[in-house]
Amino acid sequence: MVTVRISDDALAIACGADEVAAAFAQAGHEVLRVSSWGMQWLEPLVEIDGMGFGPAAPGDVAAILDGSSPLGIGRIEAHPFIAKQQRLTFARAGKTRPTSLEDYAASDGWKGLAHAREIGGEATIEQVIASGLRGRGGAGFPTGIKWRTVAGAVADQKYIVCNADEGDSATFADRMLMEGDPYCLIEGMAIAGFAVGASKGYIYVRSEYPHAIAKLEEAIRVSAHLVAPFDVEVRVGAGAYVCGEETSLLNSLEGKRGEVRAKPPIPALVGLFGRPTIVNNVLSLAAIPYIMAQGAQAYADYGMGRSRGTMPIQLAGNIKHGGLYETAFGISLGELVNEIGGGTQSGRPVKAVQVGGPLGAYLHPEQFEIPFDYEAYAAVDALIGHGGITVFDDSADMAGMARFAMEFCAVESCGKCTPCRIGSIRGRELIDRILDRAPRGRDVVETLPQMHNAKTAPRSLEDEIVLLEDLCETMKFGSLCALGGFTPYPVMSALKHWPEDFGAVRTAEAAE
Amino acid sequence: MVHSALSGLDEIVARHAGREGPLLPILHDVQAEYGHVSEDAKRYIAGALNLSRADVHGVVSFYHDFREAPAARPVLKLCRAEACQARGVEALVADAEAAAQGRVTIEPVYCLGLCSVGPNAMVGSAVHARLDGPKLDALIKGLA
Repeated sequence: MVTVRISDDALAIACGADEVAAAFAQAGHEVLRVSSWGMQWLEPLVEIDGMGFGPAAPGDVAAILDGSSPLGIGRIEAHPFIAKQQRLTFARAGKTRPTSLEDYAASDGWKGLAHAREIGGEATIEQVIASGLRGRGGAGFPTGIKWRTVAGAVADQKYIVCNADEGDSATFADRMLMEGDPYCLIEGMAIAGFAVGASKGYIYVRSEYPHAIAKLEEAIRVSAHLVAPFDVEVRVGAGAYVCGEETSLLNSLEGKRGEVRAKPPIPALVGLFGRPTIVNNVLSLAAIPYIMAQGAQAYADYGMGRSRGTMPIQLAGNIKHGGLYETAFGISLGELVNEIGGGTQSGRPVKAVQVGGPLGAYLHPEQFEIPFDYEAYAAVDALIGHGGITVFDDSADMAGMARFAMEFCAVESCGKCTPCRIGSIRGRELIDRILDRAPRGRDVVETLPQMHNAKTAPRSLEDEIVLLEDLCETMKFGSLCALGGFTPYPVMSALKHWPEDFGAVRTAEAAE
Repeated sequence: MVHSALSGLDEIVARHAGREGPLLPILHDVQAEYGHVSEDAKRYIAGALNLSRADVHGVVSFYHDFREAPAARPVLKLCRAEACQARGVEALVADAEAAAQGRVTIEPVYCLGLCSVGPNAMVGSAVHARLDGPKLDALIKGLA
């Protein structure tokens, strides 16, 4: 009888891990369900004595056991995809049973919380500031500064809210962390609660993640005595993408429509139920136990510029070796896509890479040298967001993707502000007219005698494109939150780098 | 609505008494129990939480997860977000609709968090990855 380790991550299960696990159990072997290593193209990945086999199917069991299987990848920890990473937040990935308190304690668990309790709240916040940790949800705001603001606010009740409404396409690091290492998130929240004087925490998880919800609920129940008097509760979203925006999330937690609130006041002062509230992403909170246990400097030693520490990057879409790749900031996009990711799954050339989810810009292979860094991306009108990377091959229609961005914004808009609610609809119509080569003629109002200043000629294709740029400008600066404000990034980047997909002539500026 | 259904609602509302912001958890339970949130349920919940019926209706209609009428057929949620598009989900849609033939409802979902192994789908809380034409067809026919 051998001990077989197979992930019970939702992705592994979707790829058939339960069936493979059952086949090993049937053959009389002990099966341990552990977290996922993050080598997703190899799931279901079977681990026996440190050696990996994948992707495995129930029919491969006999061959894996007798050593004749061609699926072997050698020692998992030595695999280049794993060996080259710098896993701080995902240090336990693949190594522990997700809800085992024993495994968590044996792998340095609860050390960060113990240290925080030892040095006190104020010193804890200083550590978080010194680590240089910035919000991993996308905005990149310094986590420690947010904590200090909440700590300084006076109120009868404060809250720690974990934003686990991971709605961006190509992102799954929050899901993997919650499913694979739920105690790490709970410990991070307990440290935050201790540091700022909050006794109550909520984890707002999207309803599309039932496996994560189940794991968290079990982990919260089992670890309640360890984090007391801090108390954590899971709340489930209801399929609204915009609830990933922090103020919309707070409204949703309060039982209201997930509409965005105008800022100020900031949630750190007037947040959940009007009380001072820390709203942090899963990855921000999960980075805290490492920082507290190993010291702020150990974390800050990684990274570049003002982007300190590591980022769990998610490689997805049309990519050969997709999965979770945690590494220090500064790695180039080309290395991520071509060397680590192995290029496209289809084997065709890479056409575009979207970084940062549905609101992130499409980057051209000519921009592959850009380092993974908040400021470097902002400088080219792009964003790293939550660290999701979607690769497209040369069959992608970038005008179609731009249209999709507008359509997605229209479907998911909360409706509170006009540029997002109406602008996205008009944007989709505009792109449709551009693609149909059917510029709009004069409408009824424009033909009225009073409108003698209106243009008499119908719009040209160029007019429509100028109008689209103008609309994007309005949405970018006029929207209340990132949904309407960032939708122009994918649209404008598609238009800039692939004008031919819109039927426009490549201008000298765009060809630079 | 018959009396027994209202008493079921009573139990659901009581289960969440004392929680902060109980409306979403209540609506999730009602949706899970009855398959939809009916007009009567909205009125009952509004009364129990001291909200207006319009407040509750506004919340129910805002979120994609809550239905105001029961789903007529089994639902398969097919991910249509960018990563699954990059992996070819759009090419599967026409055949999937044909296979569903009105016996299964195919709804779009925007991301299941399985973005490197798409196209992906979800039925209830079960997730399915690496779908191609035949696999999706079998999945749909298994539901119909």
